[in-house]
Amino acid sequence: MSTAASLHQRRKRKNGVMMTLCVAAAGIGLAWLALILGALLYKGLSGVNLAVFTEMTPPPGDAGGLLNAIYGSIVMTIIGIIVGTPIGVLAGTYMAEYGRFSKLTTVVRFINDILLSAPSIIIGLFVYELMVRPMGHFSAIAGAVALAILVIPVVVRTTEDMLNLVPNALREAGTAIGAPRWVVIRSVAYRAAMSGIVTGILLAIARISGETAPLLFTALNNQFWSSNLNAPMASLPVTIFQFALSPYEEWQQLAWTGALIITLTVLALSIFARSLTGRREDK
Amino acid sequence: MSAVQEALPAARNSRDATVRRFALTDSIFHATTRAAAILVLVLLGGVAISLFAGSWQALSTFGFSFLTTQSWNPVTEKFGALAPIYGTIITSAIAILIAVPLGIGIAIFLTELCPRPLRRPIGMAVELLAGIPSIIYGIWGLFVLAPFLQTTIQPFIISVFHGIPGLNGLFAGPPYGIGLLTSAMILAIMILPFITSITKDVFDTVPSVLKESAYGIGCTTWEVTRRVVIPYTRIGIMGGVMLALGRALGETMAVTFVIGNAHRISTSLFAPATTISATIANEFTEAVGDLYTSSLVALGLILFVITFLILAIARYMLMRIDARTGA
Repeated sequence: MSTAASLHQRRKRKNGVMMTLCVAAAGIGLAWLALILGALLYKGLSGVNLAVFTEMTPPPGDAGGLLNAIYGSIVMTIIGIIVGTPIGVLAGTYMAEYGRFSKLTTVVRFINDILLSAPSIIIGLFVYELMVRPMGHFSAIAGAVALAILVIPVVVRTTEDMLNLVPNALREAGTAIGAPRWVVIRSVAYRAAMSGIVTGILLAIARISGETAPLLFTALNNQFWSSNLNAPMASLPVTIFQFALSPYEEWQQLAWTGALIITLTVLALSIFARSLTGRREDK
Repeated sequence: MSAVQEALPAARNSRDATVRRFALTDSIFHATTRAAAILVLVLLGGVAISLFAGSWQALSTFGFSFLTTQSWNPVTEKFGALAPIYGTIITSAIAILIAVPLGIGIAIFLTELCPRPLRRPIGMAVELLAGIPSIIYGIWGLFVLAPFLQTTIQPFIISVFHGIPGLNGLFAGPPYGIGLLTSAMILAIMILPFITSITKDVFDTVPSVLKESAYGIGCTTWEVTRRVVIPYTRIGIMGGVMLALGRALGETMAVTFVIGNAHRISTSLFAPATTISATIANEFTEAVGDLYTSSLVALGLILFVITFLILAIARYMLMRIDARTGA
């Protein structure tokens, strides 16, 4: 009797220990998030003022802002989205609609998933070889292309997933009243999957707005205001990289402030994107 | 003839024209979407070809010894990839060792222990960790984590392991704060959300009947997890771990901040080192001479090949578990 009871005790104790460890793991995960956000707020907020949004990046040892970097980030992100989204949506459309059961779709899905997690610095090297080397100089457009290549797999994946969720009965109803396939896709499938596709695009924006590695040797950086797409352009992440590793206190402060701006933007975008799909699931 | 009879052929003609037009637009749209899908393949092929072309000069100059030599000297133009490869593998391996138990623990917490109303917010918070750009982890690691490790943890560990032969080599040298272990810790935080969310997803595929029958014969929560849930989802978990490993190997910015960028192989985990991606990020724009640039691209090619293989294995494993749940 005593052995059975002690075995029971031992199993219960083991269970207790393991479950405590699991709770601790969750605690560590959450604490880490809190630590990072806390440090960002603490160090970043003190540097937030109007000058950050109205002045250019300063020379070492001087006060200034991040205006040209913010502008560059926005411009390259927008171009990246404009170039990448149509390609991603069209490819996703092929995989979910025309070629749902084709061999090509299986291969593309596999390759796309690999592109989705491929190191972004590799994409930077690719665009360097593809555009910067032939053109002979760094340019904002090369940076935007690198970002577009990062957008494509995210959008392909979400578009395909969301179109696959559209009930076939809807498509059949469209076909039954004589609409050709592309009309069915455009006016039925796209509309039904709209919120999901938009989520994918938002997630893609969130992903590329913080990307540094692919911009390092495509768009490079620029100390001054530049709206020339054919010239090097500043961006927030690359500026943070340069300023954070510098010995100047003003630059380090600007790096923290920039980091805060990026993080808040990215978190807001991904929370908003998730709330879009969250509502779908609840329905 | 009446007006109706005159109109009929015309109507038939216009209907035929409409149908033809529909068919034409449809085939154009079909071809466009197909081209976009093929473009995805072309992209990956293009990456491989351009990296190979860019690294040709280095590979043909150094041959196989590029992989096995440690010297990295821009002045004498002698380049070997061993130190960055070593740094990449060590940091990723330690990151996996830290993140896998944590991630699986969080997944168990979320699926078995967490009160229902908290499940979604906590799951989302962990996934938000994945959304934070890597440069943020870098700046946090450099200014917050590294000084903390330098002043508290590292001196303590060094003094503890000081007299133990074998282990004292692992934790030797002055505490810089930055180095292999710090990079590995940052990487561990970054890949934690991937492991957690994939593990949670595959845990959810376990049929409740299996778990309930184990609970029914009196198993504890841990025994159900250990003997039923984890064996059932083993392939999926391994797929998630491989996916996280792929991320860790290629992670650039966060590591660049805290690795120390030193081209040497050191047994101490506290020593500054370098990884493939950090080397490229630090040196590419400053590289003078074709051979130097080409050597950096060759590093990129090595990274591409390693991550491609790891990610392909990961996807294959995850596809297998998808197929099983689909069937």
